[in-house]
Formats: sequence, structure tokens, C-alpha cells
Amino acid sequence: MSLKRGLLWFGLGFMVLLYLLPIYVMLVNSVRDASSVSLATMWQFPTRISAGGFTEAWRMLSPNLKNSLVMVIPAALLSSILGALNGYIFSKWRFRGSEILFALLLFGFFIPYQAILLPLVRFLQWINLYGTLPGLILTHVVYGVSVTTLIFRNFYVNIPGSIVEAATVDGAGIIEVFWRVILPLSLPAFAVALIFQFTNIWNDFLFGITVVPNPQSQPVTIALNNLSGSFSVDWNVVMAGAIVAALPTALVYLGLGKLFVRGLVSGAVKA
Amino acid sequence: MVNANWLSRHKGFLILLPSLILTAIFIYGFIGTSFFFSLTNWRTLAVDLSLRDPIWQTYADMLAMPRFQADLRNTVVFTVLFIGLAVSVGLGLAILLDRQIAGKGFFRNTFLFPYALSFIVTGVVWRWIFNPETGINLFFNFLGINRALEAAGMNPLEPGWTTDPAVVFSVNQLLSQIWPGGMGFQIEWGIPVALIPVAIAATWQLSGFVMAMYLGGLGGISPQIRDAARIDGAGDLRLYRSVIIPMLNPITISTVIILLHVSLKIFDLVFAMSGVGPGFATDVPAIFVFEMMFKAARYNLGAAASIVMLIASSLVIVPYLIHTFKHRES
Repeated sequence: MSLKRGLLWFGLGFMVLLYLLPIYVMLVNSVRDASSVSLATMWQFPTRISAGGFTEAWRMLSPNLKNSLVMVIPAALLSSILGALNGYIFSKWRFRGSEILFALLLFGFFIPYQAILLPLVRFLQWINLYGTLPGLILTHVVYGVSVTTLIFRNFYVNIPGSIVEAATVDGAGIIEVFWRVILPLSLPAFAVALIFQFTNIWNDFLFGITVVPNPQSQPVTIALNNLSGSFSVDWNVVMAGAIVAALPTALVYLGLGKLFVRGLVSGAVKA
Repeated sequence: MVNANWLSRHKGFLILLPSLILTAIFIYGFIGTSFFFSLTNWRTLAVDLSLRDPIWQTYADMLAMPRFQADLRNTVVFTVLFIGLAVSVGLGLAILLDRQIAGKGFFRNTFLFPYALSFIVTGVVWRWIFNPETGINLFFNFLGINRALEAAGMNPLEPGWTTDPAVVFSVNQLLSQIWPGGMGFQIEWGIPVALIPVAIAATWQLSGFVMAMYLGGLGGISPQIRDAARIDGAGDLRLYRSVIIPMLNPITISTVIILLHVSLKIFDLVFAMSGVGPGFATDVPAIFVFEMMFKAARYNLGAAASIVMLIASSLVIVPYLIHTFKHRES
């Protein structure tokens, strides 16, 4: 029995070390003094700790961090609101063909976005939103609606239909029922959808790099990739930059881990 | 009056309408447009929407390109490596955590943490770890592995990781026996060594997700089933192999499908970690599409490759969605 426990703890300890290894690499190299950044010392603990890497990374990435924030907040909010309305109809006001419409909508979550990229760029050029953050926000809202609809629909299915019926008998219309009965119950679903969308949109790379070619207006993931590909930037700056870019989603995860897991499982279309 | 009546009866549909219109344009309309572009002569900056003759010529050109052949090979190899690794590691972690144990929450959070990061952050860090001059190879020295190997008269362990152009386990000979003439393959069909580090990085990022899926499933297995198996004399190994893992089959299927959909369109991770690689050893269709559309201005070629990607993922996703919906109704 104790041998088994010992093996279990050894296995878990080993896996934890393995999983934390990249985090360790990020941390120790981000605080390394610029003068001691060298090929040979990557795994060693820094002898002198310096904030230089973070100062420089912040200087280079803060405009892009701001772009990411300006992009992610409205995009996550709008796609969640649309998702809530859609999920409400698809669960509580089904009509003939609504399941097929739902499936057609859901398919949009699973396509490789490469297959819409060229028309999307042309379209955004045509409506003069190409290369702008509003264009990027529109893109994320449109392609986020399918998954938020799924999250809300799965949530609303578990709200008893009798609540809706009782309200309609009292004379409330479809919108009043949503506003007065459903919405007040929707807080958990909004939390799940917002976290899911926040993480997804913050971490996006493909839309950012294709819809916004101008480095000044790009989100932080693209700026970080440019930083890492540039030969003139020291590693401590790149590692500090990786931490800075990862921090918002990492904090959301650490603070709201439970909801994060729930979003992830509903994103997985549980049958 | 008639109009008002119609409106009130179709309010649900009207509320859906904005999203339905957006979906019709941005998903289905754009897919159709991409497909149309793939049939045209548009292969320079100047837009040329005349149809090619023969109409499928861009697809034929693409399939004859060694680079695209390498991309198809890499997708298959990466998918197998990554899904094999991620599912076994994730299942292993879930089984390790499938018991009362101190610090369970800490372990679960640690393993799931990489999932919250962007593929770019993962790629940037793992590119460093698998840098032949600095990363894991230094670690081998650090641990004294290479000194031990040299003392034993063997070559030190210094893999080139993502910079290694080698393709091992080539099956070209076998293929040429099946299809005399070799089907016009211009590349080595085997396992590009450089893809292994990419699969490892992807596993690091997504095995926690697999674990979370399995933990959800394990939580749903009633204690009575475990007790019954134990009374029948099943040990831990037997219990998992013969009872629990088969019960988790539906979760395995969902998980594999989600991972397939990640691996078929993998882009950011490879882009940040290794790029196209030596001799296109780590190139993937998503990077091919990106470069054809945004670097080389070969728009019809990029569109054709994107349609191939769409078909590949639809072959996985559509049956899954149909199954899910049928299941739900019954």
C-alpha cells in the first residue's frame, strides 16, 4: 500500500516538475541581468536579479497590450450577448428547423478559419475596416457567436421550461421573459462565456496577423512573436515579454479556474 | 395587422436573424467565395477572377508541389504523434488524480495551466527549450548524461530537434512497390524528426485539457461499479484496463475529435516554434495558406489549400455533429 502511494507521489511529482519546466525557463531568464544572458546559463538560477528585461519588454509591448485589451473586451461582451439571445431562442423557443439552424451555426466554430480568410480580408477592405481594431473586433464577434450560443444553449436547457411558461401565462412576451426571468439567472453562463471568449480572443494569432498588418495596431500575441523572431532583442526581454503577454489569461485562469474548466467542457460539445 | 401577427409568431426567428445573417455571409458565403477563388486565375496582386482551364488545375498544381506533399505528410505525422501523446499523458494524469489525495486541486491546476496560455507563448518558450545550442541539450550535459555516454565510448546525445532535416522510417520503397511509378511523390514519406519537438510542445499545452475531460468522465462513474469490480478480485490495473477505460470510450472519442480539429489546423504553435523548418520538415497546410495568401500573392493556391483543410476537418466534424444531434433527440 505504501509502496503504491510512494509510486503515485513520485509520478505526480515528476509530472509537475516536467509541466513547470517551461515556466521555470520563462521566469529565471526573464529576471536575468542583460550582461549575463548567455547560451550556457539558460537552466541556471540567475546570480543577479534585474528588472531590465521586464522594463524593456513593457516598453516594447505595452502599446500592443493596450490593443489586445481594446479588442478583447468589446469582442467578448458582444459575442456573449448575442450568444445569450441565440441560446435562449434555441433552447426555449424552438420552432420547426431551429435545430438545423443551430447545427449550421455551430459548424462555424469548427471550421479552419483559413477557409474564410481571403474573402474576410477583401470584405473588411471593402467596408474600410481592414487594418483597424474595430475590424478585428467585428471578426472576433462574428466567429465567436457559434461557441457562445452553444454555451448559453447548454446552460438554458437545464432551466425548467415551466418557469418560461408561467411567465408567458402572465402575459409576458418573448423579450420580457428573457429580460425579467432568464437574464437574472444567466450570471454563471455569462461568466463561463466571457472567460472562454476572453481567453480565446486574447490568445488569437491568425486573425490578428492577417486582419491587422500594421505593427502599431496589432494585438500582443503578434508583437510577442515578432519580438522573439528578432535577432536584436535579448532573451531576457523575450522571456519577460512572454510572461507579460501570458499574464492576463494566466490570472483569469488562476482566479476563476473552476469556471474556466466549465467553459472548456461546454466548448467541447458534450453529447 | 397581418404583418404584426406574422411578427409576433416569428419573434424567435427574428431575434436569431442578425446572427443567422452574419453566419450566412461570414461562414457559408465566404467559404463559397474561397472555393471560387481556388478555381480562378488569380495568382498575382492583380485580381483576375477568370476561371482556370481546366478548372481544377490549381488543385493539380498544388498536389504536385513537393512542399504541399510535405505538408500533407506532416499533418498526418503530427496528428498521430500529438494525439497519441496527448491522450495517453492526459489519461495517465487523470488516473493518477482519480483518488482522494492531498493537493489534488494544485496538481489539476498545474497540469491544466498551459491550456490558458496562447500557442505563441508556448511556441516562443519551447523553441528555446529545443534550441540545439542552448536548450534541452545543455540539460543533458548538465545532468552528466553526455559525460557518461562519452565515458562509455558512445557519441554524445546532441539532437538537432527542430533544425534536423532528417525523415526517418521512410516508406517510399514500400509505396513504390504498391504503386509502380511512385505516384509522383517527390518527398520522403516518413517521420520528420523535427516534428517531434512540436508534438511535445503541443502535448504540454493540451494534455491538461484531455485530463480535465477524463476527470469529468471518471467523476461520473459510480463507486458501486468500482466496488463490484474489486469484489470480483480485480486489481487496480485490471479495474482500469477492463472496466473504467472502456466506460470512458465516449469521452475518448470526443477528446480525439477535438484534438484532431486542433491538429488539422495547427498554425500559431508551429509558426512561433519552428516555422516551415529545414526542407519543409515542420511546414503545415495552415502556414502554406498563410504564405501563399499574405506573402507570395498566389491567391488561388492559398484558397485551394484552405479548401483542402476545410474538407479534412469537415470529414471529422460533420459526422460528429450529426451523431451528437441525433443522440440528443432520441
